[in-house]
Amino acid sequence: MNDTSPAGGAASLDVSIASKDYHSASGRPLRALEGLRLTLPAGQAGAVVGPSGCGKTTLLRLIAGLDKDYFGTIVLPEHGRLGMVFQEPRLLPWRSVIDNIRVAAPQAPEDDIAALLDELGLAEHAAHFPRELSLGLARRVALARALAVKPDLLLLDEPLVSLDAALARDLREMIARLIDERRITTLIVTHDLREAIALGDRLFLLSARPAHVVATIDVPAPRRTLAKETAERLEAQARDALAAAHAGSQPGHP
Amino acid sequence: MIRFISLAALLLLWQIGAWLSDPRRIPGPMAVFEKIYEEAVSGALFSNLAVTLARVVAAFALAMSFGAAIGYVMGRNKLADRLLDPWLVTLLNLPALVVIVLAYVWAGLTEVAAIGAVALNKLPNAIVVVREGARALDPHLEDMAEVFRFSPAARLKHLILPQLAPYLAAATRSGLSLVWKIVLVVELLGRSNGVGFEINMAFQLFDMKLLLAYALPFVALMLGVETILVQPLERHVSRWRRGVSRRLDRV
Ligand SMILES: Nc1ncnc2c1ncn2[C@@H]1O[C@H](COP(=O)(O)OP(=O)(O)O)[C@@H](O)[C@H]1O
Ligand SMILES: [Mg+2]
Repeated sequence: MNDTSPAGGAASLDVSIASKDYHSASGRPLRALEGLRLTLPAGQAGAVVGPSGCGKTTLLRLIAGLDKDYFGTIVLPEHGRLGMVFQEPRLLPWRSVIDNIRVAAPQAPEDDIAALLDELGLAEHAAHFPRELSLGLARRVALARALAVKPDLLLLDEPLVSLDAALARDLREMIARLIDERRITTLIVTHDLREAIALGDRLFLLSARPAHVVATIDVPAPRRTLAKETAERLEAQARDALAAAHAGSQPGHP
Repeated sequence: MIRFISLAALLLLWQIGAWLSDPRRIPGPMAVFEKIYEEAVSGALFSNLAVTLARVVAAFALAMSFGAAIGYVMGRNKLADRLLDPWLVTLLNLPALVVIVLAYVWAGLTEVAAIGAVALNKLPNAIVVVREGARALDPHLEDMAEVFRFSPAARLKHLILPQLAPYLAAATRSGLSLVWKIVLVVELLGRSNGVGFEINMAFQLFDMKLLLAYALPFVALMLGVETILVQPLERHVSRWRRGVSRRLDRV
């Protein structure tokens, strides 16, 4: 009924979900995704944008293979090694920062882990336990852990949510730099359009639940050199696409 | 300090009780300590304590390992839980004495029957506690381990055991004190050595000095194991919980 497999040859992410329902104990099933299609070329960063509760986390869980109860097919990049940053950091509270990374990436050389901690400004926190960290730091540790496994596909679920503006900007720039340097195929989920434009090579705009992709927009310039006008034009274009989709789904309310 | 005063008060009360009653009924502390010394010099005290301790360790290890395995499966698998729950309830409500007598009747007055009976008495309690722990395992961390493809060994060591540790510690604490007590009954009923056997002998001879000369060192040994082994172990497994107060809120 469904198929999640590493691609033979075509090194890209290819998602085609006919439907995904949640079955609660009481009442009728809740449809989270319907007719959702997206493809992402290898080495690119895709940004999935949609309103809260539309099914973004659900989509990531399907791609990560955590939920196999759906209709459709998902083709992962070759080898299919996953790195994921969940919406909450999900670190092991009983292991130190550096041990959290070692446990998730046992094959990573110590030098690489040290370099990664350095790059993310975590070197002085290596021996700390997760409870001693603020949310911003814990997110970075989760990011370091996901990168340490040298993923073929990096999944980020709302990596900047509930951080204050300055911290969010710092972390956004950090993520932008890392995915530019490493050319990892990355799928970022967010409800913030500007964040998506700042991080993605390609934007996937989602409808309200049940989610499907209403528009795919390619961002022309590399992340850090994107001109302000271009960004604003893209934003307007995306808002138009969303408004059109909304009007289409609710005739009588222009 | 307060513990010391409390202990001294207990000794004093004991001494007063000894003065007020027949020394054959309540021997004074000095008489008992002399008897302990006597038994220690002859070596009988240590060999009996060692035999009892070995039985405690064997029965405890058996009950904890089977209890943890069965409790984990019942906590994780609804079908197994439904199937085994009536057995568990039966075992929980079976008096210790019944289990012991049945074990001796069916397996003879043997070491296997003795240790098995003690383990069987502790088993349901270990199962119940570990099942509770297995039900409380964090599914979010499990998803994380799934995505990062933790090996089964890494899962056990870094994910499951740390979450079960408080439950295992609780089962150890309640389990040890239970096992200590039941081992004495088992020895009294069907063994020819150990602290329980000696206490039975003392009872037959109405030798209160001998009885206390075994009971007291035994209690001291129990307390020693508790403070030297169990408590430091508990502190060790929960060390990551400390430090919450020195949360670093700068980035
Ligand atoms: N395990 C679940 N059981 C039932 N409903 C769920 C479950 N997970 C999510 N949902 C529902 O599915 C919808 C999409 O959820 P989610 O993917 O978390 O949205 P998003 O990440 O876009 O905010 C929501 O309406 C949510 O209530
Ligand atoms: Mg979400």
